[in-house]
Amino acid sequence: MALTLRINERSIAVEAAADTPLLWVLRDELGLTGAKFGCGMGLCGACTVHVEGQPVRTCVTPVGAVEGKSITTIEGAGHDPIGRAVQAAWLALGVPQCGYCQAGQIMSAVALLRNTPEPTDGDIDAAMAGNICRCGTYPRIRTAIHRAARELREAR
Amino acid sequence: MTQSSATTPPGAVSRPCDAAAESEQLPSPARRKVLKGALAAAGLVLCLRQSGRVALAGAQKYGAAGEPGGVVDNPLVFVAIHPDNTVTVTVHRPEMGQGIRTSFALVVADELEAEWPQVRVEQAPADQARYGNQDTDGSRSMRHFFEPMRRVGAAARMMLESAAAAHWGVPVSEVVAERQKVWHHGSGRKLSYGELAVQAAREPVPEAAAVRLKRPEQFRYIGKSSSRLIDGADIVAGRALYGIDTRLEGMLYAVVARPAVLGGKLAHYDAQAALAVPGVVKVVEIPSHPLPALSYPLGGVAVLARNTWAAIKGREALKIRWEEGPNRHFDSQRFETELQQAVRRPAKVVRDQGDAMGVLREAGRRIEAEYYLPFLAHASMEPPAATARIVDGHCEVWAPVQDPQGTRDLVTGLLGLKESDVTVHVTLLGGAFGRKSLADFAGEAAVLTKAMGGTPVKVTWTREDDIRHDYYQAVALERLEAVAGPDGLPVAWLHRSASPTEDATFEAGAEGEDSSEYGMGMINIPFRIPNVRLEIPGVPAYTRIGWFRSVYNIAHGFAIQSFIDELAHAAGRDPLEYQLALIGPPRRIDPRTLSDEWNYGESPQRYPLDTGRLHAVIERAAREAGWGRSLGKGRGLGLAATYSFMSYAAAVIEVQVGAGGKIDIPRVDIAFDCGPQVNPDRVRAQLEGSCIMGLTVARYGEITFRDGRVQQSNFNDFPVLRLPESPRDIRIHMQPAGFEVPLGGVGEPGLPPIAPALVNAIFAATGRRIRRLPLGTQLADWRA
Repeated sequence: MALTLRINERSIAVEAAADTPLLWVLRDELGLTGAKFGCGMGLCGACTVHVEGQPVRTCVTPVGAVEGKSITTIEGAGHDPIGRAVQAAWLALGVPQCGYCQAGQIMSAVALLRNTPEPTDGDIDAAMAGNICRCGTYPRIRTAIHRAARELREAR
Repeated sequence: MTQSSATTPPGAVSRPCDAAAESEQLPSPARRKVLKGALAAAGLVLCLRQSGRVALAGAQKYGAAGEPGGVVDNPLVFVAIHPDNTVTVTVHRPEMGQGIRTSFALVVADELEAEWPQVRVEQAPADQARYGNQDTDGSRSMRHFFEPMRRVGAAARMMLESAAAAHWGVPVSEVVAERQKVWHHGSGRKLSYGELAVQAAREPVPEAAAVRLKRPEQFRYIGKSSSRLIDGADIVAGRALYGIDTRLEGMLYAVVARPAVLGGKLAHYDAQAALAVPGVVKVVEIPSHPLPALSYPLGGVAVLARNTWAAIKGREALKIRWEEGPNRHFDSQRFETELQQAVRRPAKVVRDQGDAMGVLREAGRRIEAEYYLPFLAHASMEPPAATARIVDGHCEVWAPVQDPQGTRDLVTGLLGLKESDVTVHVTLLGGAFGRKSLADFAGEAAVLTKAMGGTPVKVTWTREDDIRHDYYQAVALERLEAVAGPDGLPVAWLHRSASPTEDATFEAGAEGEDSSEYGMGMINIPFRIPNVRLEIPGVPAYTRIGWFRSVYNIAHGFAIQSFIDELAHAAGRDPLEYQLALIGPPRRIDPRTLSDEWNYGESPQRYPLDTGRLHAVIERAAREAGWGRSLGKGRGLGLAATYSFMSYAAAVIEVQVGAGGKIDIPRVDIAFDCGPQVNPDRVRAQLEGSCIMGLTVARYGEITFRDGRVQQSNFNDFPVLRLPESPRDIRIHMQPAGFEVPLGGVGEPGLPPIAPALVNAIFAATGRRIRRLPLGTQLADWRA
């Protein structure tokens, strides 16, 4: 069926069955390959995007459920100050190794900082527990989130 | 190479192997890993690239020279300078998170005197004849190519200087290249690299011996800590492209149903329902090859569709009956019993020194223990995926592969093409850890595009496919026996290691670890023990065995380092002091005196085992961790140290065991000596990552088989460490070393000490000895 999606502040028409997971619409139909396939069961977080500002696992989210809602993918993460701060912290600390999971990690981190501008380690644990990194970048992710929070605080 | 032309059918594609005279001199079993009749019969002859753990070239060739393709250091192959003043460095080793695209570019840029912001990287396609060895494993990329890449940069710099001197008509001795410009002394004239690019490319390439390298104190990038990553900006913006991200015009998306049991074949299938799924275009059979598995596709039925989701749904709708073959009864629980039996009886002796058996027989008291490591899956975050198309008889493949040339050879053979008609583009690898050394998934894409008349096809593996069809880290059962002398140090040591060999993936019926496998941390123990006997039982493989980051070092390190902790406690001695006493005074041991003929393919003179360095990392880790400090109830420190891939690593883990066995790791201290560090920040990143992967091995990793089938499927039943379980504080302590010291490996050697350090810490905290990995719920009854 024909659907209209709002992705990264743009309106995009796409043809897809309503039960198709958003992930495959983004990746296969729209060429937005930043969101990654990792498990297909909402277990690893590699496919995370924001829907109405909240982190969502696109591999288990039917595209029909997000029609008309505001979707932000990693490709649009740099459009807002929190996204830019997180990306900058990731680079400053050399977080990525293979990088494959990092789009999902960043989207989860941005959502955390939007809801909790000054997260504790416990907040970070809770927000990031759903994002697997097999390379083991967790210590740097934790540090980078604290750093982004600090940069954002200082910019306020 | 023992390949016999007699077994090569007419028309088979035969890539000349790099050591034509090999058949006369196969000095050790480790060098026997070559493909034999089964493969030739299938119409494909390859040089087997054995994970860097085997050198195929002549007996006297070590290091990079001993690897297929050897070393190329021609600047015209690796460096391009453009009129816009940008510099492109071609990186021939795949990037899988180790940072090699950044690190090679840093090395070349440093010697070239290029400005980092002007440096770009291009990934080389598979072409070992052009680029030298590309098979990225064995922690070898920087170890083998640091010097060649320096020569590449320096030679290019000299060509720029020559071009400038010619342009100005002055002697070359009067010009100097610095910061991406060539300057003329005296006149102060200067030309940018961009301005010199065209002319410089016509200058003769200096002979290797004439290349002037920098002195280490002149380095601007090498050895300097910086978090710069050449792909960093693309990664954080979601622009970086991995194998699974490949998109071609008109491409079909494929998902494959493979036989659940290794060696299984399709008996019958009904595609009607699958073809009725909207978006499904075609269903295609992929032929199975007879075992051994090699890197061939497993065979099965592919569903090709307009998008990945339709292909997945189509596959669910297939009705398939399999003929399951001889492995259908494989049961890993029963196999554990077989392994136990195997280590309790005499086996092939691979090192025998003194009279260990006599001392053990006569001893009043023996200390003995058995340790178990299960099969492990790699579970890289990017599952296997590959895309292929054929245009005018030329096959192009895009794939995240560790062994580009091996992939090219595979596709060449599968499609019956000439090598020159196959191009393999190497994408970024979304993790690999050894899985993507064997590119069966790329073979699938090639077979499918051929079946579709060349239409581009991307094969995507689901996580379930990945977990169930891996080349697994081998299960291992390690038995150790010792007799302690009056001081508690062992006077006799018996170690039997029962583990299927990776060779079995290539050679039907191969049993037990080969010399490169027991060469990983078992045979080369540097302890002062007068009577040592090491034995390898011949146990079979019933699944595809592959390489997992640090490979057989995992089981050997876990067993040996746990056992030493047990011996120390039995002797009533402090485990740190005990291990240092066991290692003894600093000395440089020729590995051959330990019956280790392999030495990771490196020269025994250039890379002796230096017990002083091992001693030093242990002392450093212990000191930094505050070894001996008093900890509360349920808390403990555990120590382990290993030597692997020419590097020395020691870890001290602090653990708190809470009620119900809840594990908390407040701190890990790792001391590491890999010789000089070319890119210190990436060395640290690899150690952090190895620590976390090692903790997954220790706590969670386990693949089991029943009725020949893998019982796990996804991250729900094959859990990996998550951020909240990650140590709060990982401190990496690098041992300083000058650039005169040969480089050690980095990607793997941080992993082996982690599991034993954790179980030793758990023992210190609880008095419970964990001898079976993973830890899982073994401490569930613990009351804090």
